Amino acid sequence: MAEIELRHIDKHFGPVHVIRDVNLTVKDREFVVFLGPSGCGKTTTLRAIAGLEEIDSGDILLDGKPIQNLSAADRDIAFVFQNYALYPHFTVYENLAFPLRAVGTSKDEVDRTVRSVGKSLGIGHMLNARPSSLSGGDMQRVAIGRALVRRPKALLLDEPIGSLDAKLRETMRVELKRLHFENGSTSIYVTHDQVEAMSLADRIVVMNEGVLQQVGTPTEVYLYPANLFVAQFIGSPIMNISATRISEADGTARIALDSASFELPRELLGMLQQKKAGTDLSLGVRPEGVLLSHDSRAGYQPAEAHIIQPFGSFDIVDLKLGEKTLRARTASGFVTKAGTQVWARIDPSQAHFFDTKSGASLDIRLARDEERSRDVPTPITRQNVEL
Amino acid sequence: MAVVSTRSGRLGNRIAIAVVIVVTLIFLSPIYWITTTAFKPLVQATSVPPSVLFEPQITPFVKLFTKRAQLTAPVAPEVYEAAPWWERLVLDGGERLARDGKGDVVFSAYPDRFINSLIIAITSTILAVSMGTITAYGFSRFRVKGEADLLFFILSTRMLPPIVVAIPMFLMYRAVGLNDTHVGLIILYTAFNVSFAVWLMKGFMDEIPKEYEEAALVDGYTRMQAFFKIVLPEAATGIAATAVFCFITAWNEYAFALILTNRRAQTAPPFIPSQIGTGLQDWTVIAAGTVLFLIPVAIFTFLLRNHLLRGMSFGAIRK
Repeated sequence: MAEIELRHIDKHFGPVHVIRDVNLTVKDREFVVFLGPSGCGKTTTLRAIAGLEEIDSGDILLDGKPIQNLSAADRDIAFVFQNYALYPHFTVYENLAFPLRAVGTSKDEVDRTVRSVGKSLGIGHMLNARPSSLSGGDMQRVAIGRALVRRPKALLLDEPIGSLDAKLRETMRVELKRLHFENGSTSIYVTHDQVEAMSLADRIVVMNEGVLQQVGTPTEVYLYPANLFVAQFIGSPIMNISATRISEADGTARIALDSASFELPRELLGMLQQKKAGTDLSLGVRPEGVLLSHDSRAGYQPAEAHIIQPFGSFDIVDLKLGEKTLRARTASGFVTKAGTQVWARIDPSQAHFFDTKSGASLDIRLARDEERSRDVPTPITRQNVEL
Repeated sequence: MAVVSTRSGRLGNRIAIAVVIVVTLIFLSPIYWITTTAFKPLVQATSVPPSVLFEPQITPFVKLFTKRAQLTAPVAPEVYEAAPWWERLVLDGGERLARDGKGDVVFSAYPDRFINSLIIAITSTILAVSMGTITAYGFSRFRVKGEADLLFFILSTRMLPPIVVAIPMFLMYRAVGLNDTHVGLIILYTAFNVSFAVWLMKGFMDEIPKEYEEAALVDGYTRMQAFFKIVLPEAATGIAATAVFCFITAWNEYAFALILTNRRAQTAPPFIPSQIGTGLQDWTVIAAGTVLFLIPVAIFTFLLRNHLLRGMSFGAIRK
């Protein structure tokens, strides 16, 4: 049972403002992932919660009690380091026993706990080994075991699987999810890898330059990015973003992308007016929101396929629209040759509009394209996305 | 390609081994020379060309530990018969052992000087290494105001030849009554070594990832506990290397020991050459004193050899 609350956290490193007025509540048993590029302040925030970094101002509360003035040892929060930091002069057993000995646990109790944690993590047979003789995955298991052995109030993980190879990362990801499922300890996990974030998190906290950009479930963050940064940081291949102009013609809204102009439902104009959107408008659409056709159809614009990247289960096709390119996601093998003439349109329900200057989303949702409604999954409705 | 690189690798190995052997022989030759001299009869020790084959004897060591006087007349046969074997060795060389009023053999000052050397070198090494380790930890882990300047200041104490300050040191020591005391030399050698220890230990401390201590901190330990339980064992290699260097410096120091001590606290280095002047120049005794003087350093270095050789990259940290 542990709830972590951050209130107005600020932190400078010399002249650099690394954490800017961060407010966040991590609920009991929740798995929250801090996601952002390197240097965005996510690790510093995590270290501040652990007590390894002092904050300039603000409150860190654990179960409602301020802990920002307690030493790391007294916070009862465990931390898993990116480089594991297993004590090299100790065996695995001693590494696991170390946190228990700090609180004067009896010898029998230590032995029982170490063996049971070792067993649950599948490292029971290597308790007498030295950390240096272990593989990366096993070091990681020991590091997590050392964090869990004392049953801490919260578990903080700083890119714990970042230095493993891709295959092992996938295995460990599943294992981490299982562990959280079994232990249910409140966890904060830092990563710059959006796949990790999406697959592990109950909620994702996107950070950039010390500022929380968006807090939400993986689906919310993916489907309703709060600003241009989140829109471009989440999702791979990244979202198409382009400055654009909207005009009215033939009873529809037309949106200009270089030489092409795509047709969108007329209600967009009203919505823009209602939001008092200026002229600096950016359109964002994920590759799967660009619909392709082999032949000319109503509302489709001609475009030339340029670079085709096969990903196995799908292809990413770069379309040339004058000077600009538009990435589209297609069924694999839909376009086979560069230079092929195709027709494209933008799915209105997957179009995002941003204020170019502030970067903020205008929060405009258009109805789905009737014509394609059978193929497109129902979008999840937006519910209290915290900002 | 692989074959070629293997072959050249092997050749490189052989060259390296050959170079190591040659260099080792060059470095060991003085030790060979002094050791053989310590076991030679005086005539053979000074013969030109040097004698390679000789009958080893321990007379120089007996002489080293005793006070002797020239025989003025041949010793009486019954006295020679009554003397123990080691005394006969000295009598054979035309000297007799000095005896006190009770008839006991009078020892030379060498054992005392040797013990002085041990006390002073060991104590100053412990002090310099522990102070150096703690200081280096502070510089390595905390943001110290003016860190670069302070480190430079610490290093600057080694920037002029120490002998330059020998006379001022002598005057100051005399003024405060530190001359010819163990404490005086211990302070001097500690001060001399601590700058070196700080710099060497800082290098080793910087190599120890700070995550180890941070892990100990979140595991429920204080920084002090983390330092003793985690940092010190990790720094053992560095501490051993630093201790060897500090010990050798303090053990070998000659100039200040010569100037600042004369009897009570005199160490072995100024004592050994002082034996040249008494009576005839008995090089075998000097050699015997030098050989014994080499042994503690050799043992100390030998005991710590694993630490000296072991690399720093033995940890369980992924970089």
